[in-house]
Amino acid sequence: MAAVGRALLILGLVVAIYGVGASLYGARTGQRAWVDSGRRCMYAIAGLMTFAFLIIEVAFLRSDFSYTIVSGASSTTTPTFYKAAAVWSTQQGSLLLWVWLLSVWSTLALFLTRRRVRELVPYATAILLGFCTFFTALAILFANPFSTTANPPAEGAGLDPLLRHTTMMIHPPMVYTGYTMLAIPFAFALAALITGRLNAEWIQVTRRFALAAWLCLGIGVLLGARWSYTELGWGGYWAWDPVENAALMPWLLSTAFLHSIMIQEKRGMLKVWNVSLILATGTMAIIGTFLVRSGILSSIHAFVSDPTLNISFVALIAVMIITSVSLVIYRRADLRSESRLDSLLSREAVFLFQNMVLVALTAVIFWFTFFPLISEAITGTQQSVGPPAFRPYVVPLALIIVLLSGIGPIIAWRRVTLTNLRRSFAFPAAAALVTLVVLLTVASGVWAHPFALLMFCFAAFALAAVAQEFWRGVRARRAMTHEAAPLALVSLVRRNRRRYGGYTVHAGLAVLLIGVAASSSFQHSRYATMRPGQSASIDGYNVRYVKPTATPSSEKISFGAVLDVSKNGHHVTTLHTSYGLYPSQDPSLGVVGRFFNSGSVESRIGLDAGFTHDIWTVVNVGNVSPLQADITKGDRLFASAMSTVSKLPPAQQQGRMNTLFLYRDQLVGELTRRFVTHPWPVQFLLIVSPLVTWLWLGGIIVGLGGLIALWPIPVLARRRVRSAAYAARLARELA
Amino acid sequence: MEFLLVMVAAAAVIVIVSAPFRRGGAGGAGGTGAAEAEEAPVKPDVADLEAAREAKYREIRDAELDHQTGKLSDEDFRLVDDALRAEAISILRALDRAKGSQAR
Repeated sequence: MAAVGRALLILGLVVAIYGVGASLYGARTGQRAWVDSGRRCMYAIAGLMTFAFLIIEVAFLRSDFSYTIVSGASSTTTPTFYKAAAVWSTQQGSLLLWVWLLSVWSTLALFLTRRRVRELVPYATAILLGFCTFFTALAILFANPFSTTANPPAEGAGLDPLLRHTTMMIHPPMVYTGYTMLAIPFAFALAALITGRLNAEWIQVTRRFALAAWLCLGIGVLLGARWSYTELGWGGYWAWDPVENAALMPWLLSTAFLHSIMIQEKRGMLKVWNVSLILATGTMAIIGTFLVRSGILSSIHAFVSDPTLNISFVALIAVMIITSVSLVIYRRADLRSESRLDSLLSREAVFLFQNMVLVALTAVIFWFTFFPLISEAITGTQQSVGPPAFRPYVVPLALIIVLLSGIGPIIAWRRVTLTNLRRSFAFPAAAALVTLVVLLTVASGVWAHPFALLMFCFAAFALAAVAQEFWRGVRARRAMTHEAAPLALVSLVRRNRRRYGGYTVHAGLAVLLIGVAASSSFQHSRYATMRPGQSASIDGYNVRYVKPTATPSSEKISFGAVLDVSKNGHHVTTLHTSYGLYPSQDPSLGVVGRFFNSGSVESRIGLDAGFTHDIWTVVNVGNVSPLQADITKGDRLFASAMSTVSKLPPAQQQGRMNTLFLYRDQLVGELTRRFVTHPWPVQFLLIVSPLVTWLWLGGIIVGLGGLIALWPIPVLARRRVRSAAYAARLARELA
Repeated sequence: MEFLLVMVAAAAVIVIVSAPFRRGGAGGAGGTGAAEAEEAPVKPDVADLEAAREAKYREIRDAELDHQTGKLSDEDFRLVDDALRAEAISILRALDRAKGSQAR
């Protein structure tokens, strides 16, 4: 089936190229048949790529090692769940996933707009098909997922241990969905610039896709953070890694975009800003894809560097930037605002300020992410910057964002009087003040972390503001309809999904950032080297290394530890942590040594997560020196025995070799169990972090708010407004 | 078998992509699909105005909610609401004119 897969890719490329031509020809000549034909090319590509993706998935599930990517990223012992997800652990498979998702989302967008924005659609189709052309060509020329080998190995290399996490199934597709969906508003924005149709029409058509992209990218980023926290064994959830930043930057820009488009929709303002924001967001999504793929910046997430691929991506990014900037300059006269800010005390002004802060935050992250490349260009050596470089800039900007997320909901559009402002601010400001007083009274040492203290106060302000908005909305609704409070709440949200979905997102963000501020400022962590029976203390907890565990298997050997955590003599929790070693395929490490001296390791953390704090630990058994003498001896013996066996007649070799492997497995098992029978001291990383759960909880609330805002407005609500507006029109005309 | 699968995929692609030309009759190029032809294409001006109208309705509704929830005083609301309704009416008038000229 590999030949079918290759043919499907080539067919997809031909269709994409034809589709670009047909769409542009249809747009220039006004002949709808060509435009429709171009649009249908996207439908056809979605079908072809679905078929191609299924072929590669089946190859992984069947462990068909004739495919080079299957033998390189899977094995017969890889669990089925991970086999299915292993496709996107490879450069080739993830490129195919990119094209597939792009074609599916583009098909959906073009189908939904097939009878709308007819001037824009042909150009948007051509741009989306242009992306398909680029990525399909890359897959065919430089990263073909269907390349095969004439002599398939009996066993594959297996999936990288770090990728063996349940999140692997969802995190990459979510991030890619975000990236690929961002291509849709990007394409329609460029189409609007090309045609000069720069009113709010293109925004209305693509807003939902921008919101869906924002939501998926946000979920992807959060799942990545969760993965990092529970798998990577360093105890954190965000390391300011280039690939993490690459996903965060378009998310921040799309957050700004989703706010500022409301101003264009309502007031006809910020047209240049909005179109520039979404073009920058789309470009940033491609830069993010490039960072993962290129390996130009050191990251645990990146694929191996490929110069040919890099040049192609740089060329695409250059074309996107030059085209975007040129078109914005060319259309600058048409992008003039239709009105001006009525007042600095208005929601428009708050949104504008929030937009500037979000863009500044993105600029800071961009600068430090690419600093290694900038420094290399200037000094000749790559200088990496870590989290400490980000913090002085990111923390104050994050504080402003949280404060604005509270101010935005309680301030009206267009204008607001000081009396109303005072009334709206009273409760949130009081909540912030109470939080400040309570924290200063109750939490000792909080003075030492003024930024965290401010974050708690601002988050309290935002949460109180959102709560007040819901309460006021329910009260107003009840006054009109006399509904019961829960029903009034549901009706209120149902009829104003964008507004209350947005407020929910703000509340979630506040909760999330409380978790971030608390866990990063008040975390206790220490390394402790212990033997069974020994204890270490951290933040008032006593952690006792109860016993070691050892599990040898054909897939990996695993050294573990059971820890008992107590406080003031009372048992709190029992933690299980382990350190897995996957056998290396490198024969030079020795028949036995390759099981113990492998580079592929995985850490299973011991975690007791709670509402107020997490107790986290991981064991490091990288040091197997107590076994080394026996490993070396075993290697020597087995090498000698295998050399002897290899001189036997071929008919006898297989049987003897199997016997040897049986002995080898017994020896590996015996050596592994020495960790239990003759334990040596091992190092633990112990962490107690407050409010980490709030981070995940906040993320869930943000996602819920995004879903509410994304859900279509019921027809009834639209009708009500329409009739109200027509009534107003009648009244005016009669007058 | 593999060759057959590729041929089926290629044939399906040709059928999908060429449908607008086949439905459009001999001339093809100027035609639209049967289903799509049922809907008269909306002129850009009308589409613009309809988008502006929807946005204005939303704005009126937001202002009403802001007033009901106490964010806008009665006086501010009256000013904002009057302005918004005036803008909505001018959009509706322009929309009527655009639709009238389209019908002619």
